Amino acid sequence: MLRLSNTAAYLQALPLSAVFVAFFAVPIALVVVVSFFSYETYQLLIPAFTLENYREVFSEAVTYCTYLTTVEFCAITWAITMVLGFLLAYFLAFQIRSMTCQMVLLLICSIPFWTSIVIRMIAWIPLLGRNGLVNQLLVGSGIAAKPQEWLLYSGFSVILGYVHLYTLTMIVPIFNSMVRIDRSLIEAAVDAGASTWQVITGVVLPLSKPGIAIGSIFVIAMVMGDFVTVDVLGGGQVASVGKQIATQLSYLQFPPAAANAMVLLLAVVVMIALLMRIVDIRKEL
Amino acid sequence: MSRPPIFYALAVLLGLFIVFLYGPIATIVVLSFQGPEGGLVFPMNGVSLHWFAQLFRPQSIGDIWGSFGRSLELGLIVMICTVLLSFLAGLAFRRRFRGSTILFYLAVASLVMPSVVVSLGIGALFEMLGIERTWYSSALGAHLTWTVPFGLLIMFAVFNRFNPAYEEAARDQGASGWQTIRHVVVPIILPSLVGVALFGFTLSYDEIARTSQSVGALNTLPLELEAMQTNATTPVIYALGTLTTALSLVVIGTSLLVVLLARRRRARFGSDAGRAA
Repeated sequence: MLRLSNTAAYLQALPLSAVFVAFFAVPIALVVVVSFFSYETYQLLIPAFTLENYREVFSEAVTYCTYLTTVEFCAITWAITMVLGFLLAYFLAFQIRSMTCQMVLLLICSIPFWTSIVIRMIAWIPLLGRNGLVNQLLVGSGIAAKPQEWLLYSGFSVILGYVHLYTLTMIVPIFNSMVRIDRSLIEAAVDAGASTWQVITGVVLPLSKPGIAIGSIFVIAMVMGDFVTVDVLGGGQVASVGKQIATQLSYLQFPPAAANAMVLLLAVVVMIALLMRIVDIRKEL
Repeated sequence: MSRPPIFYALAVLLGLFIVFLYGPIATIVVLSFQGPEGGLVFPMNGVSLHWFAQLFRPQSIGDIWGSFGRSLELGLIVMICTVLLSFLAGLAFRRRFRGSTILFYLAVASLVMPSVVVSLGIGALFEMLGIERTWYSSALGAHLTWTVPFGLLIMFAVFNRFNPAYEEAARDQGASGWQTIRHVVVPIILPSLVGVALFGFTLSYDEIARTSQSVGALNTLPLELEAMQTNATTPVIYALGTLTTALSLVVIGTSLLVVLLARRRRARFGSDAGRAA
């Protein structure tokens, strides 16, 4: 056993605890409190207990519309990144036999992850814009008579941006689950006469569930709260909950933003709680 | 050995995915070399370094170099804090101490919490306390809520596979606690610490959602970029994109090199664990 005293463990964990309490636990608690505050133009936070902010959130039709759009984005992005992430992780983990080749391909996939997110989003604009490359090709080849407007500043471009940014978030945890699958299980399945497809659905898929769940948690949390992608690739034509909160904050309306954030948080927590039933994160490391 | 048909189908899928990943970036890299008369889209109107030169003119749009400097400094501070905090906490978590479960879930919650909520909370906290929000106080804290959980999870993975016999051997030979950490633990896990540092720096350097409400008056580079792109009318923004991407690649390349060198050194000389002076 380690001869490490408990005091040492406390001291070692202290800086981390201090940061999380000061910059995470207290601020989140404050969001809960502030969501019941009232506000005026020149006084941003007036201590009170009012349900006005929540009433406002639930009484406006635009709220339901925005939540619907956000959930729709989330569901579509989730489905695409999950299928794509699973297939690519499967390819890397099971079809590529050389370890070096595996690592090189994984590295190629992950390098963009280390580059600027904003730049990666901006980079779609000269491709998808009205006079962008895609429209030039479409019109030039005669497939479309005039430039297509729905390519940019639309739900399409926002979802494309999400898939572009977050597919790796799916690939890595799923790959991680897959490399731990005992190869003899696959051999046993093959020996028993399973086809490649049956091996995938009957052996690989169930054993990759923890990775799929972890990837899903990340994707859902990031898409549900996103406002940057919606801002850059939605260009004011698309609304999401995150964007709505960010707009409220830009007018310094803290209490309504906080109430909106609480509703968003509840939605995310419910989704994540469902996924957590599939996976024990601590066991997966 | 012959490959099943699915191999070729998936190989094509991976190829397309890689094109999808790199295509847009490649586009703006090409477009950043537009001639002086060139616009935001193809065709190329000549080839020049005009827009890169434009970046270095003082009257060019936005506070690019100021925000770049802040992002760089903040990234380095966050990097150091992330490595220290997660390494220490990683050591602590090898024992079950009271509150360890709560702390673990706090870190996980911080990771999956929608960034806009964290940003809002920190903004409201500083607003209520009447403290001015700045990039080196509130935004630093906001960044740590994002980078440290990653660092901590990496440390968990590292220490789960760490053989405590090395430390016991060091102690049996009379090493102090500090000597054990300095000469045994740190050298063994050094590549992972470099990984945590790389994560810390790049996550901070790119962070935008948690920064937005906590940064105060002076922007970091991603926020400046986001603001710039809404009214960008010239390829100067592509030049900036090309430059920051190149910088990211240099950082990744350097870190990979450090890890590879550390591995090679270890392969050649064995671990220097136990060679305490």
